[in-house]
Amino acid sequence: MSILQDANRQQISKRRKIDFILHILFIAATAIGIVALMALLVNIMVDGLSRLSPELFTNYPSRIASKAGLKSAIVGSIYMVLIMAPISFILGVGAAIYLEEYANKNKFTRLIQLNISTLAGVPSIVYGILGLTLFVRGLGLGRSLLSGSLIMTLLILPIIIVSSQEALRAVPRQRRDASFALGATRWQTVAGSVLPSAMPGVLTGVILALSRAIGETAPLVMVGALTFVAFLPSGIMDSFTVMPIQIFNWISRPQEAFHELAAAGIILLLALLLIMNFAAILLRNKYQKNL
Amino acid sequence: MNTLIDIKNLNLYYGTYHALKDVSLTIPEKAVTAFIGPSGCGKSTLLRTLNRMNDMIAGTKIDGRVEITGTDIYSNEVDVETLRKKVGMVFQQPNPFPKSIYDNIAYGPRLHGIRNKQKLDEIVEQSLRQAVLWEEVKDFLKRSAFSLSGGQQQRLCIARALAVNPDILLMDEATSALDPISTLKIEELVQELKDRYTIVMVTHNMHQAARVSDQTVFFLNGEVVEFSETEQLFSNPTDQRTEDYITGRFG
Repeated sequence: MSILQDANRQQISKRRKIDFILHILFIAATAIGIVALMALLVNIMVDGLSRLSPELFTNYPSRIASKAGLKSAIVGSIYMVLIMAPISFILGVGAAIYLEEYANKNKFTRLIQLNISTLAGVPSIVYGILGLTLFVRGLGLGRSLLSGSLIMTLLILPIIIVSSQEALRAVPRQRRDASFALGATRWQTVAGSVLPSAMPGVLTGVILALSRAIGETAPLVMVGALTFVAFLPSGIMDSFTVMPIQIFNWISRPQEAFHELAAAGIILLLALLLIMNFAAILLRNKYQKNL
Repeated sequence: MNTLIDIKNLNLYYGTYHALKDVSLTIPEKAVTAFIGPSGCGKSTLLRTLNRMNDMIAGTKIDGRVEITGTDIYSNEVDVETLRKKVGMVFQQPNPFPKSIYDNIAYGPRLHGIRNKQKLDEIVEQSLRQAVLWEEVKDFLKRSAFSLSGGQQQRLCIARALAVNPDILLMDEATSALDPISTLKIEELVQELKDRYTIVMVTHNMHQAARVSDQTVFFLNGEVVEFSETEQLFSNPTDQRTEDYITGRFG
């Protein structure tokens, strides 16, 4: 008998059958996610595409659906990101550098680490309550653009810290050794050797965190980012609104026309998030090529 | 030959593990000293003590003295940055920075405050020439260091270490990740460099120690078993354990 003739072919065909069935199951599991997303997109497109016009960008919110637009909300979202981005970048990356590069690995830092990971999972409405106490009342910043941006900064800070830490940790130790062995101080090593290698990961984390902040509603509802703002904020202490809040406001009105406006707003928001995620990918690729 | 490094009764602990036991050793200047011994015998640990790279490992405790030209490197008089500038190091794996060839070499001088473009150009050329890499890379200094072969990368790392003008060069199994031809080139380079630098190398390869070094130190379980002229140690060892090791009976 040839060594390739197995007496137990039946057992093999049974193994193959299990393999085949699971293969189908895994495809189904993937398909459900994709189909749900597609259904959502189609549903929103059907409702919203007709309202997607230049007026959406140039008109302020209005009681009359045909005159209503997202201008103040779009500008509010942009302003918020512009305030948030530098603050959260400096604080988040700074904390990550401390934890990864400077701090000793002891019980205390492990406790901090656990705290940060937990904070990343705290419901956003809780941050809203914190912000209401701390910024709006405590520091007397009022229901302003600044308060809202600071709350959002707190919200995304743990995400940025954790993702930056991962990026820093991925830098091989030999690269730090090489720098130290040349007589570099810790900061010189971080700035000259570690951060350049970790930057793509750090930036990706920051952008993804910012895009999460753009889509967040709950904490800003708490601080009362006004839902009817028919003007652009003239300073950081001015009141403001952002896109998801305007969408929330429209969707809770009874008229069909406002629902369509909301759908158009959602399309815009999704497009914005898509662009930001795409930017994150581009940035990562660009830096990786330079390595 | 003048003594450059004088190690006196050095004990080193990683937590409770006693990694170096009462090591006393003198290393002469402008010569090649090789550390040999089986894995885990403490030879790399001692090498990393000479530029205080062990400082960064939590739980390391050291007593005893390591004097370089008469100054204890663990005393307050010595800044670790200055020490590492004077005691360069080349690692087992070539570890260039993800930067251009030029910026890799200029990294060290820049750390120590040299900003002048012309001065940096000079240092880069001089260091690459010393590492016998200049002719191969002079036209692509802007290219990524990762575009070089493993052996070239290691010579780049040597050039990078030389760029801060050290007196001592530590080589921690610097050829173990390289092919035989690249290894040979580095060995030739070491022969050239010993006229100007004091070289201390850790190697797993006894033939390499025999080929390249002037003095050889044999370590076992954190202790110095034998230390003598390389020829003497390989042809006529005084300790039975040394003989067992170099004849391949263990290790």
